[in-house]
Amino acid sequence: MTAPAIVARDVAKLYRRYAHRNQFRTLKSALLTGSVLSDLRPEETFTALEGVSFEVPRGATFGVIGENGSGKSTLLKLVAGITRPTRGSLSVDGRVSALIELGAGFHPEISGRENVSINGIMLGLTRREVERRFDAIVDFAELREFIDAPVKTYSSGMYMRLGFAVAIHVDPEVLLIDEVLAVGDEAFTRKCLDKIAEFHRRGKTILFVTHSLGLVEKMCDDVLWLRHGRTADRGDPKRVVDAYLTYVAAGEEALLQAQPATTAALATTPDEPAPQAAPGEPAPATGYRPGRWGGREIEIRAVRLLDARGRERRVFVPGETVTLALSVRAREPVTDFVFGVGLYSADGSCVYGTNTDIEGFVPRRAEGEAEVRLALEGLSLVEGTYLLDLAAHRRDGTPYDYLRGLHSFRVKSRVKDVGLYRPLHRWSFSGGADITPPEPRGELDLGEETGA
Amino acid sequence: MIAAIRALLRFRALVRSLVSRELKARYRGSVLGFLWSFVNPLLVLLTYTLVFTVILPNRQEDIQPYFLFLFCGILPWTWFQASLAESSGVIIASGNLIKKVLFPAEVLPAVTVLANLAHFLLGLPILLAFLLWKGRLAWTAVLLPLPILVQLVLTLGLALFLSALTVHFRDIQNILTHVLHLWFFATPVIYSYAAIPEGSPLRQALRLNPMTHVMVTYQQVLFHGNVDHWRGLFLAFLVGVLAFAAGAFLFDRLRDTLPEEV
Repeated sequence: MTAPAIVARDVAKLYRRYAHRNQFRTLKSALLTGSVLSDLRPEETFTALEGVSFEVPRGATFGVIGENGSGKSTLLKLVAGITRPTRGSLSVDGRVSALIELGAGFHPEISGRENVSINGIMLGLTRREVERRFDAIVDFAELREFIDAPVKTYSSGMYMRLGFAVAIHVDPEVLLIDEVLAVGDEAFTRKCLDKIAEFHRRGKTILFVTHSLGLVEKMCDDVLWLRHGRTADRGDPKRVVDAYLTYVAAGEEALLQAQPATTAALATTPDEPAPQAAPGEPAPATGYRPGRWGGREIEIRAVRLLDARGRERRVFVPGETVTLALSVRAREPVTDFVFGVGLYSADGSCVYGTNTDIEGFVPRRAEGEAEVRLALEGLSLVEGTYLLDLAAHRRDGTPYDYLRGLHSFRVKSRVKDVGLYRPLHRWSFSGGADITPPEPRGELDLGEETGA
Repeated sequence: MIAAIRALLRFRALVRSLVSRELKARYRGSVLGFLWSFVNPLLVLLTYTLVFTVILPNRQEDIQPYFLFLFCGILPWTWFQASLAESSGVIIASGNLIKKVLFPAEVLPAVTVLANLAHFLLGLPILLAFLLWKGRLAWTAVLLPLPILVQLVLTLGLALFLSALTVHFRDIQNILTHVLHLWFFATPVIYSYAAIPEGSPLRQALRLNPMTHVMVTYQQVLFHGNVDHWRGLFLAFLVGVLAFAAGAFLFDRLRDTLPEEV
C-alpha cells in the first residue's frame, strides 16, 4: 500500500513511418547504397502519446478511456513492456499479465492441454507452476472434456475462455485489460468480471482500457481520459466520464452541423427527392426517403433547432426544450395554408406528427417573410437520431414546400432506456422490495459546453 | 552477443517447450506422424541417389558407395537450409505474439534452428545404421558433435540476422530460396571437395564458404574415417561466432521496431 504499482512520467511514444517504403525501396538498393541501417531510421513520426503522466497506487483499479485512436492501446502496450516509450519513463512494479489478445500464441494443431502449458510459460510461469494451476485453469475455462482436442477444433468462445483462463491464472501483481470483455457471451463476461473483482479484492492493481463507460464508473478508482494521445482529463471516474460524454456529444453535434443539408443550401435545392439520407445517418427503412417537393408558393427558407437559451444545436438531452424555428416566405399572399411537423426515428417510424390544421388553427393570411416556431417542451425521447418532416401545405394536403428527412437532431442520454418515446415517469417501491435508487445525477449538461 | 546467449539461456524453458511444440505440431494429423522425421531424409536420399547413380552417375573412387557419401552431406544440409528458410519468416508469422504479448522475440529463430536440429538428430540413427551396414562406421564418428556445434553457431547467427531483417525487407524471403539453392551447389554435398584440384579457382572459391568446411568435416568424420580438416573447421567456427555476434547485434538494434513493423 506504499509505493505505486505503475508510474508513468511524461511518457511519449512516437511511431515511425518509413518514407522509403512508399518509394518502393528494396533490399537490393539499400544494400547497393550501403544504407541498410540508416534506412531503418524513421523519416517521419506519428505521435501516439505525448506527455502522459500518472501513478497507479498498489491495489487500485485504473481506467483509461478515449476515442478510437486516442492512444489507449499504445499506453497499454507500453505498460505491458511490449514496446518502449520514446521519451519519458514508465515503471511497473510486479509481475504483469496483459489481457490484450486472448489466446495469442496458441498453436492450432496441438491440444488445449499442451497449449495451456506453453502459453503459461510464455506468460512467465515455470513449468511446475503451470502444472500446479492446470486444473484451476481448465475448470475456469469449462473445457475439461475438450482439453485434449487440438485447439483448432475449438469454437472462438472456447478459444477465448482458455486464453483468459491462462492469462488470469498467471496470478499477476498488475493486470492489464484491453477491451477483451467486449467479446464473449453474457455468462462468460460475467465470470470474467467476477474474477477481475476478485483480483481487486485481493489487492492487485488493475489497468483497464475500455469503451464501456458504465464498467469504468463501476470498477475504477481513477480514470485517465486520452484525447489524441494527450491527457484530456484525469480523476474521479464519474466526473471524467461525464466530461468525456459531453465531449463526444459535442463532436456529434459538429458532425451534424457539417452535414450538407444545411439551411443555406436548402434554399436552392431543386425539387428532387434526395437519393439517400445525409452521410453519417443510419439509412431509414424503405418508405421513408428524404426529399423535397411542392410548388413553393410558401417556401421554407431556413430551419434552426434552438435550445432553451435560443442557441442553435443539434444534440439534445431528454427533458430539454427544443424549438424548431422555420423561416418561411410567401411568394404572394396566401390564405389557405397549414404548417406541419413530423418526427421520425432513424429507422423511419413516425414518432409524432402534428400540424396547425389538426390542432385547430385557422389560417387567415400569409405574406412575405415570416417565422414559425414550434417548441417541444420537456423532450420526451430516448437516445437516438431523429429526422424531421417540415411542411407548408394547403388544407387539402397539396404541398407548398415539403421537406422530408432533410433535418435531423440527436438525443444523447445517460440512461439507456429504449422505445419510441420516453414518458415522464417515476419508480416507487413499498413493502418487501428493498432496492437502492441510483445516485441522482441528472442528464449531461450539453448547453454549458457546446453552446456558441 | 553475451547478452543474446544469456537471454536464450534465461528463456530456455520457453525455448524447450516451443521446440517440443514444433516437433509435435509438425506432423500432427499425418498418418506416419513422427516417422516422417525418418522418412523425409530417406526420400531425399532416394531422389539424389537416383539422379547421381542412374542419370548422371558419379564414379569418383573415393566416394563410393556414393549414396552413403551423399547421405552424410544431405542430412546436415537439410538442417541448415530448412532452418534459414523457416527463420526468415518466423517473426512475421508470429506477429501476434510479438505485438500482443511480452515475448522475447529472439526465441523464435532459435526455436526454428533447434527444432530442425532435432529433426537432424532424429535422422542421424538411420545414417549411422547405414554406415554400420556398409561397414564404414569408424571411431571418428564420436567427433560428430564438433561439426554440429560449429553449424549450430553459424546457423543461429544467420537465423537471427535473417529473421529480424526480413521484417523490414520482406524481399528476403523470396531471394533466400534461390540463395540457398545456389549455396547448396557451392557446398560439397553432392561432390567431393578433395577431388577438386588444389589451387584451382573453384577450390579457392569454395574455401570461402564456411559450410564447405563443416560439410567436409561431416564427410571425414562419418564416411572417410580420417579427419584432417581441423583448420578449416576452426575457421568456419570463427566465421560462425562472427555471424552470431553480427546477428545478435542486428537483432538487438531492430528489436524495438519489430512489434511495430510486423
